[in-house]
Amino acid sequence: MLIVVALIFAVALVSPWIHRLFKEKAGWILALLPFGSFLYLASWLPHIAAGNVVQQSTTWVSLALFEVNLAFYLDGLSLMFGLIITGIGTFIVLYGSGYLSKYAYLPRFYCAILLFMGSMLGVVLADNLISIFVFWELTSFTSFILIGFTHEQENSRKAALQALLVTGIGGLALLAGLVLMGFATGHWEVSALLNEGDIVRNHPYYLAILILVLGGAFTKSAQFPFSFWLPGAMAAPTPVSAYLHSATMVKAGVYLLARLNPVLGSTEIWLYLVGGFGLATLLISAWLSLSFTDMKQILAYSTVMALGTMTMLIGLGTEIAMKGLAVYILSHAMYKGALFMVAGAVDHEAGTRDVLKLGGLRPLMPISFAAAALAAISMAGIPPLYGFIAKELVYEAALEAPLWPVIVISLAVIANIAIVAASAIVVIRPFLGAKVETPKKAHEAPPSMWIGPLSLAVLSVLFGVLPFLVDKSLMVPVASSVYGFPIDFYLSLWHGINLPLILSILTLAGGILIYRFWDGLRESSLMKIYQAGFAMGPIKGYDGLVAGLLSLAGWQTRTIQNGLMSNYLITILVTLLIAVGYTFLAKSGLVWNPSFENVLVQEWALAIAIIVALGIILAFGHSRLTMVIGAGVVGFGLALIYLMHGAADLAMTQVLVETLTVILVVLVLIHVPKIKDARSKTSKVRDGVIAVSAGAMMTLLILAVTATPFDAFISEFYAEASYPLAHGRNIVNVILVDFRALDTMGEVVVVAIAGLAVYALIKMKRFGSADSPDSRSADSSGAASKQGKTL
Amino acid sequence: MKSLILHTATRLMIGVLVLFSLFLFFRGHDEPGGGFIGGLVGAGAFTLYAIAFGTEATRQVLRIHPITLIAYGLLSLVVSGLIPMFIAEPFLTGKWLFIEWGAFDTKLSTPLLFDIGVYLCVVGFIVTVIFSLEEEG
Repeated sequence: MLIVVALIFAVALVSPWIHRLFKEKAGWILALLPFGSFLYLASWLPHIAAGNVVQQSTTWVSLALFEVNLAFYLDGLSLMFGLIITGIGTFIVLYGSGYLSKYAYLPRFYCAILLFMGSMLGVVLADNLISIFVFWELTSFTSFILIGFTHEQENSRKAALQALLVTGIGGLALLAGLVLMGFATGHWEVSALLNEGDIVRNHPYYLAILILVLGGAFTKSAQFPFSFWLPGAMAAPTPVSAYLHSATMVKAGVYLLARLNPVLGSTEIWLYLVGGFGLATLLISAWLSLSFTDMKQILAYSTVMALGTMTMLIGLGTEIAMKGLAVYILSHAMYKGALFMVAGAVDHEAGTRDVLKLGGLRPLMPISFAAAALAAISMAGIPPLYGFIAKELVYEAALEAPLWPVIVISLAVIANIAIVAASAIVVIRPFLGAKVETPKKAHEAPPSMWIGPLSLAVLSVLFGVLPFLVDKSLMVPVASSVYGFPIDFYLSLWHGINLPLILSILTLAGGILIYRFWDGLRESSLMKIYQAGFAMGPIKGYDGLVAGLLSLAGWQTRTIQNGLMSNYLITILVTLLIAVGYTFLAKSGLVWNPSFENVLVQEWALAIAIIVALGIILAFGHSRLTMVIGAGVVGFGLALIYLMHGAADLAMTQVLVETLTVILVVLVLIHVPKIKDARSKTSKVRDGVIAVSAGAMMTLLILAVTATPFDAFISEFYAEASYPLAHGRNIVNVILVDFRALDTMGEVVVVAIAGLAVYALIKMKRFGSADSPDSRSADSSGAASKQGKTL
Repeated sequence: MKSLILHTATRLMIGVLVLFSLFLFFRGHDEPGGGFIGGLVGAGAFTLYAIAFGTEATRQVLRIHPITLIAYGLLSLVVSGLIPMFIAEPFLTGKWLFIEWGAFDTKLSTPLLFDIGVYLCVVGFIVTVIFSLEEEG
């Protein structure tokens, strides 16, 4: 399984070249990768259906405290998710190649979507808590790239950031929860934790673990009130929405809850929190979907509703709820993936996705219509589609809820009425009725764009009519792994006339009624208030939080970094004096034993030269250029001292850095006005005191440090091990690139980020944003910058 | 800067400087030098060129955008760390390949790739800053 995940990542990285090589055919070739992975996973079906699990493990990081293994665990639950990810992924790669065929960033799409696919597959297959988290974060990160795919548009960037912040903060909570769970039990593998449920549930940290893990899962799976980022993420291109925001990523939270149900579940608080949030989410979002006219927004809110349903089922925790969960996840992935892809096809071919501006597309796009119609019938829960079986099971589970079954079933029915109406809206409005003039002349989408939705829709029919195709092989293992104990059942379309069936008929009738009066309902003031409260309210809260954070940062920056360099220096030096000086005096005390025995004549000469150079700077330093060059001379002097003591690398670095620093500082100084020392006498005295005390403290500190006996253990180790272990005789370089390469990597990343920051700061001035503090200084130095150009 | 001496000297020096930076880079594992120092010399070479002929000409000589250099540098770092993971060893473990040609032997290694990353990042960083300062001022 490691090979499958690694292969997807590897192909993702070379996908731009595959695109260059095969042009339009690249989509069909790249789709072979998820398809192959799908077949590989499917080959485990008989093994899993027989009640077995598969475990594979590779050591990744080995620490004294714990090990992080790239461990993979395949049981019913992870297998179903893996099949959904790779199966729908195959169609999405194809679909994307058609949808974005005229788009310059298509290669980037392939790369990002495959990276996402690898990460998502990692989440569901990983067994180790830490590796689950790593893959989890990777899905947040790749989804950030994918949502902000059309990065030229401001709302895409905003939606991407919104999704990243919400899921990122949730991810941090999840990490804390997983680490607590690991330390509480001493087990870092989910497969081992599954048998330790009682230890976790009775542990004093249980509540903390639960809330932290739920924080991660609820943000990722868009539970109310964190649901707002998901409809916002519809700014992404449709292939991305269809894949991430309906079939896969948003289900990561549901997956995690289902995975951990045997560990954390079946407590009262679990029932209240998970069941309660799920129920609130499904009710609120189902009706919100009716307040929009954009097909993708309608589908987005119906997706939130589906996620709420899944969460509620996990919260209920009964055998029938687990059965319903398994069937519901599969049926939702199929119909919602198909509907999103059709919505994208309509947008692509007709130029709009607003249902009010569409109509009569059926003769023009017959295949898309067929796919949409079947998928919508499944979503509405009408027999003989698979969605009908799913909804019947949800109703059965709600009727058998351990707490307040009457309330749960009523709310579920009310929510599903809205979903029936939403299903009708997304297929009847655009495809049936009178022909409406569309922005583009509509025609059928290319095969790459209808093969996915049509296949998924046909599967919805197939599984509905012949449920035995998947029940024993997949649904039973899934329900068993979520439940924690083996359960057995078979599915059938016809259950006889029972309460769920009557409720289904009621739902259908209610939905049709709502659909008839949808235009009036949508425009009614009640719906407007509802939308403002539940859809816009959380967004306003989020915007307020972000704005508050920014203004806090702005206030802090204005106070501490007011643009006067001398103030920065005072702040830094005084902080250093207090913090280091206190620790120094308290922990070590003064040491005064300078010895001049081993100092050579040339070292004395050099030291005097450095002091003289400094003196000249201080005495005649009226221009900044003189001062900078003077400081450079001092640096060269230090380099000579390094050289005398045999530190050639250090000396070379020092010389080069000094040279480049002088050049950089000169480039900056050209734009800075002449020195005007307008300090008062008192502030000059104050600055002098600070400067002398800082210098004195550093001198004393170094004397104290050199007075302590030197432990040569580490340096001797490096000297001895350098050649035998790392094949290099230059110890400095060996330390940098081998022994302590991780440190170097961190430093280089800092350098890279600093470079980007400098670039961004300087380039930003060109756009002259009025509120940026340096736009004012840019004006004053305008004349100087003209001279700079001739440099 | 319009100066005949600087122009002529730069034309002669640039090749030597770049070669010298590569020399420092490759000897770095055994003798003073390495990716950081080599990168600084290389960046110095392009800085000199930018002072003499302007940034536009330097961009053409460099061919690659300096930020892209940083990106490739980071990529080398990460790849050098990932290679040992494919044979189930921890991130950033040094892996070596000794090729014997007879006359002189070659050592290829993941630390070498790592050092290439350092080199590229250093050059990319300094050239980015120099270009930005000169062009935007």
